[in-house]
Amino acid sequence: MKRALKLLALLASPVWASPVWAEVPCCATGDLGLVIERATGTLLVVDRSDRAAVGKVEGLGDLSHASLTYGPDERFAYVFGRDGGLSKVDMLTRKVVARTVQAGNSIGGAISDDGKLVAVSNYEPGGVKVFDADTLALVADVPAAGKTIGLVDVPGRRFAWTVWDTGEVFLGDFSGAEPVITPLGNAGKNPFDAVLTADAHTYLIGLFGEKGVTAFDLWDAAPKPVKFLQDYGKTEDDLPVYKMPHLQGWAFTEGQYVLPAVGAHELLWVDQASLAEVARTPVHGQAVFIIAQPASPFVWVNFATPLNDVVQVIDSRTHQVVKTLTPGKAVLHMEFAPRGAEVWISSRDDNKIVIYDTRTLKVLGEIAADSPSGIFFTARAHRTGL
Amino acid sequence: MRSLLALVVLALPCAAEVAPERAKALEHMVIQDCGSCHGLTLKGGLGRALTVDALAPADAEGLALIILDGVPGTAMPPWRPLLTEEEAMWIAHYLKKD
Repeated sequence: MKRALKLLALLASPVWASPVWAEVPCCATGDLGLVIERATGTLLVVDRSDRAAVGKVEGLGDLSHASLTYGPDERFAYVFGRDGGLSKVDMLTRKVVARTVQAGNSIGGAISDDGKLVAVSNYEPGGVKVFDADTLALVADVPAAGKTIGLVDVPGRRFAWTVWDTGEVFLGDFSGAEPVITPLGNAGKNPFDAVLTADAHTYLIGLFGEKGVTAFDLWDAAPKPVKFLQDYGKTEDDLPVYKMPHLQGWAFTEGQYVLPAVGAHELLWVDQASLAEVARTPVHGQAVFIIAQPASPFVWVNFATPLNDVVQVIDSRTHQVVKTLTPGKAVLHMEFAPRGAEVWISSRDDNKIVIYDTRTLKVLGEIAADSPSGIFFTARAHRTGL
Repeated sequence: MRSLLALVVLALPCAAEVAPERAKALEHMVIQDCGSCHGLTLKGGLGRALTVDALAPADAEGLALIILDGVPGTAMPPWRPLLTEEEAMWIAHYLKKD
């Protein structure tokens, strides 16, 4: 009798009443992540707690320059492929649940603050397309006069982006029935990437064709371009840049921006308030990603080919390199556990992910992966500008 | 200027002799490192497409020079610090599938 009662109680509980629970292999995604396997066009599903690969997602097209973002419930990932493919991936079933080839060549994307819209930044044809996050139906098509770069989400169902060929910067507001696209001004010659500070205050644009960084104050009702760091950028006398730096990882730490010099093996430290350069750090090579280790004074840096088997750790208080690590050949990306305890580093040519303890700098584990590039933990779902 | 260019072109090795192991490394470099701008499938990205069709109008010597010295005013860097002239010629022929 007791047993029967127990059974009845179980059957009546809402867990059993909901059929979806019976179908899904797992019930939480908060410590999962996806690793882009660029050569095979697959995604490796990883479990942060287990430090293990737990699945693979196929059918994503050309992921040679791919990135992704997560919906607010951390269940669905939106993957932006080089071939213009936008794919929606279910983290639980590890399947592509929707896919559209929306352009000939694309570079990245972002999700709106409310999780309802996904925007894609396209090279060919240049522009930004906005999709319904649920169905991937086209919501808006905003052509541009060139390749769009530096697409970020801005609070209030807005996105900002920049055009490589023309230097134009736009703010698109998709909160109303019709999109409202506002040109903000010109960033300068050949902007190569842009980033939004976590407080959504400053949209920073790195220039390749001239020296300088351009900032827009997005808290201002009428943002204007402000150029600074006129020593920053590439000129023909500089060292060759064998890989464009990525600015998504620009670190903001100790009241400073730390930026990768373009065409010099240096990091540049800029005071956030005055926009004046405060220090330079000589580093191993052309910096690609500079990422702040959460809850710490440290930033981690990786480098362009052929000096890309090294990762350096720099103290933002002293601007000194405090550690040089060699995780493997062709290090392409680093992703921190949300509270900074671990960093996961992809080594493309050693076909592995290496996991470091950020305090001891000891290797905690390795995961086999096929030409891994970007690593994306689901915690990104809750960060502005990613 | 044109005759100067021709002179430089003539200075490049005609045949691209590269050891098999180095050829493998060069192929990897084209796919992965050139691919970061030109696309892994070489259909283009920030850099232009390097497919056989796209490169049809260009001759191998000209391509090798672009690889070695880059294109000033663009994001194409000079690879001369990393490649010999023979290796650049090998890559040019590889791209054109000669």
